[in-house]
Amino acid sequence: MKTREPVITVKNMVKKFGSFVANDNLSFEVFKGEIFGFLGANGAGKTTAIRILCGLSSPTSGEMKVAGFDVYRQTEKIKQNIGYMSQKFSLYEDLTVFENIRLYGGVYGMKIADRKARTTEMLERLGLTAYENRKIGDLPLGWKQKLAFSIAILHNPKIVFLDEPTGGVDPITRRQFWNLIYEAVEKGITVFVTTHYMDEAEYCDRASIMADGKIVALDTPLKLKEQYNAANMDEVFLKIAR
Amino acid sequence: MIEVKDIHKQYGDVVALEKVSLSVKKGELFGLIGPDGAGKTSLMRILMSLLLPDGGSATMNGLDVVTDYKKVRLITGYMPGRFSLYPDLTVEENLKFFATVFGTTIQENYHLIKDIYQQIEPFKTRRAGKLSGGMKQKLALSCALIHKPEILILDEPTTGVDAVSRKEFWEMLKRLKEMEITILVSTPYMDEASMCDRIALIQQGNLMSVATPQAMTKAFSEDLWVVRTKKIYPTTKHLGQLPSLVSVNSFGQVLHLVTPKGMHNIGSITQFLSKNDENEISVEPAEATIEDVFILLMNNRNSKP
Repeated sequence: MKTREPVITVKNMVKKFGSFVANDNLSFEVFKGEIFGFLGANGAGKTTAIRILCGLSSPTSGEMKVAGFDVYRQTEKIKQNIGYMSQKFSLYEDLTVFENIRLYGGVYGMKIADRKARTTEMLERLGLTAYENRKIGDLPLGWKQKLAFSIAILHNPKIVFLDEPTGGVDPITRRQFWNLIYEAVEKGITVFVTTHYMDEAEYCDRASIMADGKIVALDTPLKLKEQYNAANMDEVFLKIAR
Repeated sequence: MIEVKDIHKQYGDVVALEKVSLSVKKGELFGLIGPDGAGKTSLMRILMSLLLPDGGSATMNGLDVVTDYKKVRLITGYMPGRFSLYPDLTVEENLKFFATVFGTTIQENYHLIKDIYQQIEPFKTRRAGKLSGGMKQKLALSCALIHKPEILILDEPTTGVDAVSRKEFWEMLKRLKEMEITILVSTPYMDEASMCDRIALIQQGNLMSVATPQAMTKAFSEDLWVVRTKKIYPTTKHLGQLPSLVSVNSFGQVLHLVTPKGMHNIGSITQFLSKNDENEISVEPAEATIEDVFILLMNNRNSKP
């Protein structure tokens, strides 16, 4: 499913907060159908960049397009064409599984018939059909995260942004979650993901590593390991970020 | 030292801890390893006398956590999972506050926190709320140590922290251990297990195994194979059909295949894969990691009636 057709184009992206430069001249492309890892130490500037790409924050300067839309003038169009999920916030705990799906389907302007068909199919695949009327707050974390991801791609977005989606999740669920990612990729969805688990960095088609607001490395995990003479991505990360 | 006997805790219908027993020796660095919701925080809050157990008992250096709770608090340092220092106080004010509450001064125990505190001392006039994640973590540890505790309880100090800061944090813990402080630390990161003297694997309120990390991986009861392939996802799917398979999971750039002891060899696995047109692969026996042990024990538990 990998292509060379860019779905995210970033040229000279700069974001300043007062005199502090959070994103210092970032340039990169993300191709349609790839899993793109966006790595970096805490405070390196990852969240700032993701917020800009999702149309939630305005850059100071630079040229950026997401799913073909401009991040300065077409933020609403961007939001319709992407999905987003994070470890900290994903679903409404006080609403049931069904209510959350209905809410997000509505927010993304899905047709009712579409939403109903996809909901049935999705709950069956996740084995959650019997839990449709359960409140999200009562579900185990692993289920929540798998459901949150499925809801983030319910409207069949071009790109899905995952911000530390597997933090604190047990090792079996963490791998099931990655299987969901692969399935989404097979449908042609592009995945943009951040993680602190370096074994997960190996699952990306390409990975970038940020330090102090700059992208210091970007390549396939294989090439990065060669370039930094490292046995695995954990070593690459330690060599760059330290 | 910490003695936990048959501790039970329930929230409504949900059993958070199911008759958990555990003993941590003096001066030991003990890791409680498991995912979110396994019961790690409940156990730590009971030990810190912040939560009452529904059954069982626990002592900290001989003091009962229910009846002697005031004394327990004097000899323990605690770093909760959520940052809980005062964001409006400066770095130095926070530290001074915690020292004063315990009737001591920063000067008196400075030697204990020197290594850690020195790294944030240049920012001592900054408000705690304005610190980066790594610096908050160092300040919280300094505050937990300033009254010279005999036992230190750290609830997921490395969660959400990047790989570099996580390594630094464990190096700090090793130095504290040399000062004979007993440390109980929890983490969802399986790869941190090797930094501990002994570990407990916890899942759904049960301790699945307690041992040294080395003994735990040695005792792995099945055969484990590392499979290298260019196509991780398709190969995983094929191996899912292997006769008498226990499990197949991706571990970074390789697959870990688990089969019943003595059931398969390199030849039988290679042959099975070549039937599926997979020829560019390699199979070799390997030692289990803590994550393999965790997955195996979790699967065994789930398959029980």
